Amino acid sequence: MYKIVDKKVMAEGTVCQLEVEAARVARKAKPGQFIVLRIDEKGERIPLTMAKQDLEKGTLTIIFQVVGKTTAHLATLEPGDALIDVIGPLGMPTHIKKYDGPVICVGGGTGVAVLYPITRGYKEAGNEVIGIIGARTKDLLILEEEMKGVTDDLRITTDDGSYGHHGFVTDVLKQILEERDDVKMVVGIGPVPMMRFVCKTTEPFNVPTTVSLNPIMVDATGMCGACRVTVGGKTRFVCVDGPEFDGHQVDFDELTQRLRMYVEEEKKSYELFKQKNA
Amino acid sequence: MAEKGKKIPRQAMPEQDPKVRAHNFDEVPYGYDEKLAQLEAQRCLQCKKPKCVEGCPVEVEIPQFIKFIVEGDFAAAARQLKNKNSLPAVCGRVCPQESQCENTCILGKKAEPVAIGRLERFAADYERNNNLVTIPEIASSTGKRVAVVGSGPASLTLAGDLIKKGHEVIIYEALHTPGGVLVYGIPEFRLPKAIVAAEVDYLQKMGVKIETDVVVGKTTTIDELLEDHDAVFLGVGAGLPLFLNLPGENLCGIYSANEYLTRSNLMKAYKFPEYDTPIALGKNVAVIGAGNVAMDSARTALRLGADTVKIVYRRSRAEMPARAEEVHHAEEEGVQFELLTNPVKFIGNEDGWVTGMECIRMELGEPDDSGRRRPIPIEGSNFTLECDTVIVALGTRANPLIPSTTPDLKLNKRGYIEADPETGATSKKGVYAGGDIVTGSATVILAMGAGRKAANAIHEYLMGSA
Ligand code: FES
Repeated sequence: MYKIVDKKVMAEGTVCQLEVEAARVARKAKPGQFIVLRIDEKGERIPLTMAKQDLEKGTLTIIFQVVGKTTAHLATLEPGDALIDVIGPLGMPTHIKKYDGPVICVGGGTGVAVLYPITRGYKEAGNEVIGIIGARTKDLLILEEEMKGVTDDLRITTDDGSYGHHGFVTDVLKQILEERDDVKMVVGIGPVPMMRFVCKTTEPFNVPTTVSLNPIMVDATGMCGACRVTVGGKTRFVCVDGPEFDGHQVDFDELTQRLRMYVEEEKKSYELFKQKNA
Repeated sequence: MAEKGKKIPRQAMPEQDPKVRAHNFDEVPYGYDEKLAQLEAQRCLQCKKPKCVEGCPVEVEIPQFIKFIVEGDFAAAARQLKNKNSLPAVCGRVCPQESQCENTCILGKKAEPVAIGRLERFAADYERNNNLVTIPEIASSTGKRVAVVGSGPASLTLAGDLIKKGHEVIIYEALHTPGGVLVYGIPEFRLPKAIVAAEVDYLQKMGVKIETDVVVGKTTTIDELLEDHDAVFLGVGAGLPLFLNLPGENLCGIYSANEYLTRSNLMKAYKFPEYDTPIALGKNVAVIGAGNVAMDSARTALRLGADTVKIVYRRSRAEMPARAEEVHHAEEEGVQFELLTNPVKFIGNEDGWVTGMECIRMELGEPDDSGRRRPIPIEGSNFTLECDTVIVALGTRANPLIPSTTPDLKLNKRGYIEADPETGATSKKGVYAGGDIVTGSATVILAMGAGRKAANAIHEYLMGSA
């Protein structure tokens, strides 16, 4: 069992942060990697990204948005409760290196939780790092302070204009790319439509763009193929080949459809959970 | 005694009615009762030089255990079995006896062979159901520690052997439940999970430790394991599922058999929404391939409520790699066969769900390298097979997780670990391997045989270096 030691509710209760004891995983975790967890005996295995690790305490921190039954259930857990399984670290770590020009890290929604350790990695490697993080509205914005600490310049956007630039992260991204022709790398992590837009934005500027994919997974060790995506016309398994890929090569239409494979079942499961917990 | 073999016919095993069982996940055969088992056991000629034993990859003392059944000492029969086979309840169910022990049984020359598998199953079940399982004697501690990676049949056999010899044994399993293919691959109706759990529990009672949720290659590495273990055994099984690389293969509703079976068996998706993991409840299901895994997938699909389930196979019935018994069971339950048929592409709707599969008819030509007649497409015979779920059951390739973090582990051309067939020794000192990660997809019993050989070799290695 993996004990929960701390909990924070963010973004008006829609986003939740849990610190979990999992020394074995924390010890090995690198930016870009993820874990799989299962809440209890009847639970499903879901992939989630680690925002931080604390090696001394042997804990790792996950941040997630409540989108269905499993995440809703997860959000009801309190310090002292435990998860039945935490498996990882899985996937390939981000290939971080020093570029001779700025790296732009773009995050949307809870994607910022995934983006944060990667951004920190680029910063620690000596890069000039520009951060752009966005949310629908001010209260949904997460990890602003943390991101500020690991970027040279942090821009903020909200769809409704309640904070920072009124508009999308891609507006700011485009503006920077127009102003500076020395940008060497863009990392875009967030909801699929956002990542697709980030890639569309960088394409004409010919800037390499990495995205981190979060498809449906089962084993997450390369055994089942649930997580397959098409990248550059080839089928890849996100859990072992990814989760990061060249965004300009990813078939986002297919990814979007595959993410919707169980919408009906997910709805049903969530409804039942809400009834039970009403 | 010779007379008896002729008089008593081979006893059938009572089983659930096909029409009923096609809609539930309960085990298909009920197994022999004591009377039937004794009747069948009496057919054994008790050969002085038993051919059946030669046909068994782990050389179970077959006439001896059968004799105990004749005498009514069923627990003794089970103990005799366990001398050579640590998982008799599993093997009695999933071994291809017809091509092993029963194939060489002398009775089979003139009539039908003794139903060795059914007797094995009976004895093991009797022992377990009557709480007669005893913990064997454990040798005094050698002070050596062995890490076992993976917990399928090869690893379980090896763990049992090594713990008895006094070594400390720790199994590291990547999934959340131990048992490997026995829990994620083989369905409940063929191998109840309670039986696997009982076998694992037995090992734990002997002192084997099991750590789940450890992905070797990620959570830890072979080199790290070698720091605090004296030897490592790799029994991680086969890995990446094979796909056809046809257009449309990533449409929703198209699964690898590994995924489909894992969802149903390990994650219990057949009990959704009581269990959280969903699975597509296809109305018209196509299963590509004709091995045991394909039959398991097809029969699972029926039980999940499909109206039609079709096995699509590019060769003819004679070449189907599945056991005859599995094919027979599948057919009885209503699985249909589209033989000499090969998919060429998948067709989907605007939501990205599969709606059909374009296929082409095949004919058999000259024999190929495998000795089987090569299937050749018949030009212009294309047609569309309507389906809303497709399960690709074409086997697996080697999983690269461990090799990628263990560069000094030699692999063969196909990416499997190179290991001595007699000892399981790999190119890396103190590291042994066996089962599907060495041979590619094979049977439970062959993996167990490899586990046994590696256990002996590891024991020698540990004691030699003492
Ligand atoms: S989740 Fe099973 S192979 Fe990636």
